[in-house]
Amino acid sequence: MAMTIHVDIVSADTSIYSGLVEAVFASAVMGEVGIYPRHTPMLTRLKPGEVRILLNGKQEQFYVSGGILEVQPNIVTILADTALRADDIDEAAALEAKADAERSLNERGAKMEYAEAQIKLAEAMAQLRSIERMRKGKGH
Amino acid sequence: MASGKEIRTQIASIKNTQKITRAMEMVAASKMRKAQERMAATRPYATKIHNVIQHLAFAHPEYKHVYLQDRAETKRVGYIVVSSDRGLCGGLNNNLFKTALKDIKTKIDQGLEVDICTIGKKATSFFGRLPVNLTGQVVQLGDAPRPHELIGAVKVMLDAYESGHIDSLYLVFNEFVNTMTQKNKVVQLLPAAPEKPSAEMSHHWDYIYEPDAKEVLDHLLVRYIESLVYQGVVENIACEQASRMVAMKSASDNAGDLIDDLQLVYNKARQASITQEISEIVAGAAAV
Repeated sequence: MAMTIHVDIVSADTSIYSGLVEAVFASAVMGEVGIYPRHTPMLTRLKPGEVRILLNGKQEQFYVSGGILEVQPNIVTILADTALRADDIDEAAALEAKADAERSLNERGAKMEYAEAQIKLAEAMAQLRSIERMRKGKGH
Repeated sequence: MASGKEIRTQIASIKNTQKITRAMEMVAASKMRKAQERMAATRPYATKIHNVIQHLAFAHPEYKHVYLQDRAETKRVGYIVVSSDRGLCGGLNNNLFKTALKDIKTKIDQGLEVDICTIGKKATSFFGRLPVNLTGQVVQLGDAPRPHELIGAVKVMLDAYESGHIDSLYLVFNEFVNTMTQKNKVVQLLPAAPEKPSAEMSHHWDYIYEPDAKEVLDHLLVRYIESLVYQGVVENIACEQASRMVAMKSASDNAGDLIDDLQLVYNKARQASITQEISEIVAGAAAV
């Protein structure tokens, strides 16, 4: 039996693979890496591409859209991203979240007017009610 | 006393309400199961990335990331508050906001300023009404949010932290204990404080970083914070469904009690009117 190494491939919303394999290959940002048991600790980013594992001479493939690869002597962890990520896309998302917040802060002013209008309406209704009561009183 | 017809319409309307609450209860129950499964599915990533961060704390990198360093002085703190988008889920959101406000108040009492980023409609409308600084918001996540939908909200806070605008960051969310119990939680995200190294890991070693330590660590720590927030959001959804299920169950039960009471009143009124009619007829016959 060949030496094996434990591999976990996980993404934020699911576990993709977990088990013992003979080797794992991934496309890191600096080029393709192949990890065999007792590899030195390593931490690297992954490019979008495939991750291959070697088990009993057979290969299995997974696709990851980027992520992080951590190597410990007996365990390899691949933290896969669930979506393609780029700095400018992240930036756009941040700007959108900010703009949304500003919009609801602006609406705060509108809400105030609404509250004021509500109070005025309540006052008017109270007046109407008292007028009605006075009328009824006269009718008796 | 209300007449027979009035009581009948009242009973009918309560029955309709009961149908709605019962349907909502069943929907919430099935959604809760799915949310719990989703919670379980996100756990491997959270534990793995936590392990990596732990390892990293034991390693001796030449580059210390800004997220891992304590700041000497804190002037402004950030909060990410997670809530549901929809109401009718008992006191879940209000209890959470109360906990958040208490925490925020202690910070303000210490002379600190507060920035808030909200996730979910309820938090947005609650904190939107208060005189606080709202820096970001994400709403309408639905029942199955994807991790990348949260990036914007998280990045706003991380950018603020990096630029020194805020000096620490907290996440406020509901932790799912079981169907009946949800716990309000305030956890510190930044600066991330790893546990002390254990003896076996404390010998001097370091990773090989590709391309370099700074780039990898920047990337990793952003993912770590994002995963914590995502986990919080997913857990909050499970809490929302559980809490809605319980609230709707008690609403259905209360509607049942009301119907029973009204039915009794209705029967009594009906009987009384029959008795009266009979006595009138008898009296009339006796007079003849």
